[in-house]
Amino acid sequence: MSNRYLTIENVDKTFGQGAAATRVLKDVNLKVDQGEFIAIIGHSGCGKSTVLNIVAGLLDATTGGVILDGKEVTAPGPDRSVVFQNHSLLPWLTVYENVALAVDKAFRKTMTRAERRAWILKNLDMVNMSHALDKRPAEISGGMKQRVGIARALSMQPKVLLLDEPFGALDALTRAHLQDEVMRIQAELNNTVLMITHDVDEAVLLSDRIVMMTNGPEATIGEILDVDLPRPRDRIVLADDPHYNHCRHEVLRFLHEKQRKVQPLKRPAPVEGTGATRSGAVA
Amino acid sequence: MSVPMQRNRIWPAMLATGLGDGSVMSERLRSLSRFLLHRALPPVLVTGALLLLWELLASGPASTLPTPSQVLSDTWDLIVDPFYDNGGTDVGMGWQILASLERVAYGFMLAVLVGVSLGVLIGQSTWAMRGLDPVFQVLRTVPPLAWLPLSLAAFQDSNPSAIFVIFITAIWPIIINTSVGVRNIPEDYRNVSRVLRLNGAEYFLKIMLPAAAPYIFSGLRIGVGLSWLAIVAAEMLIGGVGIGFFIWDAWNSSMISDIVLALIYVGIVGFLLDRLVAFIGNRVTRGTVAG
Repeated sequence: MSNRYLTIENVDKTFGQGAAATRVLKDVNLKVDQGEFIAIIGHSGCGKSTVLNIVAGLLDATTGGVILDGKEVTAPGPDRSVVFQNHSLLPWLTVYENVALAVDKAFRKTMTRAERRAWILKNLDMVNMSHALDKRPAEISGGMKQRVGIARALSMQPKVLLLDEPFGALDALTRAHLQDEVMRIQAELNNTVLMITHDVDEAVLLSDRIVMMTNGPEATIGEILDVDLPRPRDRIVLADDPHYNHCRHEVLRFLHEKQRKVQPLKRPAPVEGTGATRSGAVA
Repeated sequence: MSVPMQRNRIWPAMLATGLGDGSVMSERLRSLSRFLLHRALPPVLVTGALLLLWELLASGPASTLPTPSQVLSDTWDLIVDPFYDNGGTDVGMGWQILASLERVAYGFMLAVLVGVSLGVLIGQSTWAMRGLDPVFQVLRTVPPLAWLPLSLAAFQDSNPSAIFVIFITAIWPIIINTSVGVRNIPEDYRNVSRVLRLNGAEYFLKIMLPAAAPYIFSGLRIGVGLSWLAIVAAEMLIGGVGIGFFIWDAWNSSMISDIVLALIYVGIVGFLLDRLVAFIGNRVTRGTVAG
């Protein structure tokens, strides 16, 4: 199983030094196939964003490492583009210019100016933002900003798309709408996606596997749940689907029974994410 | 004041509802009258009252200062012909102000270049900040004119000395604001540039400068105001053509009305400089403040 597309291997992360050191992550192991959609869920503060930042290269693992497509991750790069929770668009650039900044940087040598322009427009069209090319981020809604953020991330043709609670700051209706769009785009492009979320429905609806993290400090992967619901998925149909509800139930049980925020720390054994079978080896 | 204001507010409203066909016209009339009432009227009234007070206070027989009407009649020749040139320092007010503005332009531009560079340096590097900050904190409290003798000794010429005084006056707020702006660049923008792998120059031009621009421009605005304050004082000492020396010259020849006129011009030009920098700042930083 060493030829997986993305491998997170024995990752430990300690913040601070000496007496003030906090071991946030302990022994995180995950293997992801190409084209898989993985959701990482856990209580806030459990270090799920730290995992994402280590994959992105924005943080270094204290020990262990990340291998993507046969290469070790040592620094941030356009092959692992991130959609940040607060969109992180540059407010002095228009919608078009924000995506252009990424495209011009990533494809300056491989595309002509006209090709780059067409590619920028195609990506903005994919997230239905063609109508607002010359608007600045302050002039569009939160949901639209997040769409542009997704377009910017997709436009770099990343090997892995990293979504850091991408819809956390949006209202429920906008969130549902964007989730549908992400599913549509995912069906079209078949990207490999790692998504951080704290929303159980979102995790079950969008992902192929749900990685559930134990509470920090020394957080690690507690369980991995396979969501083998057929695609395309429809949230209304799924609302009454027994398997969908079973998955929801499993995640809720993990978050609210096994990993209640207030309970004293347990030390769950590290789990090897084998993908095909649900690994339930947990404390 | 409140009674006529209310009456005027009701009047255009009646006009608008009463006339069906002329509603566009009355809408314009209404917005015009609202503008006059709320924007134009207060400054006109207050300025008029102040002038009247001045006229009354200065019109006594023992008064040492001219009345506004006296100033107007004394300086009428200067007002109507701002660009005469009789050689030497005997030139029109327009030339005097332009000469001062030229010195400010040179000194200020130099301060912008050096100030923004140093500000970026100490905003980026903690080491540079720790080294330079104490020096800056001490030097920035030195009054502008205290630099003049030293710069005269160094440059051996009055004009570069005046420009240096402007430079050294304007540079401190520019340095400090730039460094604060650079230090306050949100972590998100840095992350974006790291994911995109922007190189140093691209990061500087595309992220750092625009992100710090609101801070930089508030520094520039303070700097240009201080420059204008300093140039008048510096010119009084160095002589030559310039609004500062014009004021000193007028005092030496007891032409008090000329001084009053010059003060009004100095104030207006300072106001316009401030607005100019603010205007440029607004254009450049459009969209930067609200994310």
